Amino acid sequence: MIKTDILIIGAGPTGLFTVFEAGLLQLKCHLIDALPQPGGQCSEIYPKKPIYDIPGFPEVLAGDLVSNLMEQIKPFQPGFTLGERAQTIEKLEDNTFVVTTNKGTKHQAPIVAIAGGLGSFEPRKPLLENIGRFEDKGVAYIIKDPEIYRDKKVLIAGGGDSALDWSIFLADVSKEVTLVHRRNEFRGALDSVEKVQRLKNEGKITLITPAEVIGLEGDKQLETVLVKIAGDDEPVRKQIDNFIPLFGLSPKLGPIADWGLEIEKNAIKVDNTLDYQTNIPGIYAIGDVNTYPGKLKLILCGFHEATLMCQSAYQRIYPDKKYVMKYTTVGGVNGFDGSKKEAPKAVVKVIE
Amino acid sequence: MSDIKIKIKDREGVLHEVDAPTDMNMNLMEVVRSYELAPEGTIGVCGGMAMCASCQCYVISDHDLPEKSDDEDAMLAEAFYVEDNSRLGCQIHMTSDLEGLEVVLAPES
Repeated sequence: MIKTDILIIGAGPTGLFTVFEAGLLQLKCHLIDALPQPGGQCSEIYPKKPIYDIPGFPEVLAGDLVSNLMEQIKPFQPGFTLGERAQTIEKLEDNTFVVTTNKGTKHQAPIVAIAGGLGSFEPRKPLLENIGRFEDKGVAYIIKDPEIYRDKKVLIAGGGDSALDWSIFLADVSKEVTLVHRRNEFRGALDSVEKVQRLKNEGKITLITPAEVIGLEGDKQLETVLVKIAGDDEPVRKQIDNFIPLFGLSPKLGPIADWGLEIEKNAIKVDNTLDYQTNIPGIYAIGDVNTYPGKLKLILCGFHEATLMCQSAYQRIYPDKKYVMKYTTVGGVNGFDGSKKEAPKAVVKVIE
Repeated sequence: MSDIKIKIKDREGVLHEVDAPTDMNMNLMEVVRSYELAPEGTIGVCGGMAMCASCQCYVISDHDLPEKSDDEDAMLAEAFYVEDNSRLGCQIHMTSDLEGLEVVLAPES
């Protein structure tokens, strides 16, 4: 059981900044995120795109904003459970919560802050009616352990970075790699596109374009895929062991929707007059995942919500402690790792 | 008067005729959201960067639309339910040329 003061669900910019504000109040944080890396949408969807409305940054790339936040919260030593989705929540008699992920990792905290953005990112599944039957029986949407594909015949579908990168990687591991895409053009880093071109020329990757997988066949295990090349009447039947469709990820609110929280317009209703608490005391929702009159889904609003939420969380954990907010310029930043940042003292010296 | 009239069929098949401003730097996805013709969180997920295809629509009137950018073209190459007349709503800017535009929202995926 992982124990912490504030359990943050979602490691996007709002979740990350919560660690800083909590840290100033000497509260420890742990973050859960379904993606394998922190940063949420900023890292997953648009790391190379600029943002122009972060106060004090005339322009910052989304990926750089995430790196800066990670640097800023480092002294407060946040814990991370990445690549796992928060699945269930249970309230214990001592008023703490236990959140369990889809992989069974348990976390306990008196405060839960949902900073889940648009939800957890789930793979987009191609529209093949029997695809569900072959999931984990030859079909996978995410590559967790590439070793599974050693000496196998693999077919990857998709035209983006992950389709290109995994085709390159598996070309050395698998017996046979086929890449199917609806266009002749691929959208990816130039380097990856060129590498796939080279591997194709060397005969290590078979490219089928413009084409689409239109059917799956097999008894207990996937055995054959039907690939239809644009312009052809009949599909080609291809014997394979594994089919890996990589069509990107789309966010879904997911299991959080069943936690008994008040939901409106795919978002969690909170009290915006006070502290962004949900209808369940001790559970807060901040950033894009919440809604209230006048809500704006902006990173800068998430930062503000995180700040107020942490003050409320502190009072909830320590109802009898007296506390007033202190400027970082005055109080400095005292990390849990023993680091200390503070404003340099003015020099007092006589000028003769 | 800088509004144009456009027709949008939502995902339930209901037709809406709405006024879209041409002076607010708005795109079709934002018009759909402003009239709440699709639930929040199911359209414009990436915010309008041509990176999610949640605002895909089929253009059924014969308006001369601007060419697709490489980004839009690549995104549509990876989206589902794509037809020849598919476009991303976030890449269609409201201009006076689009008076009478008719679109159908593509299914959620």
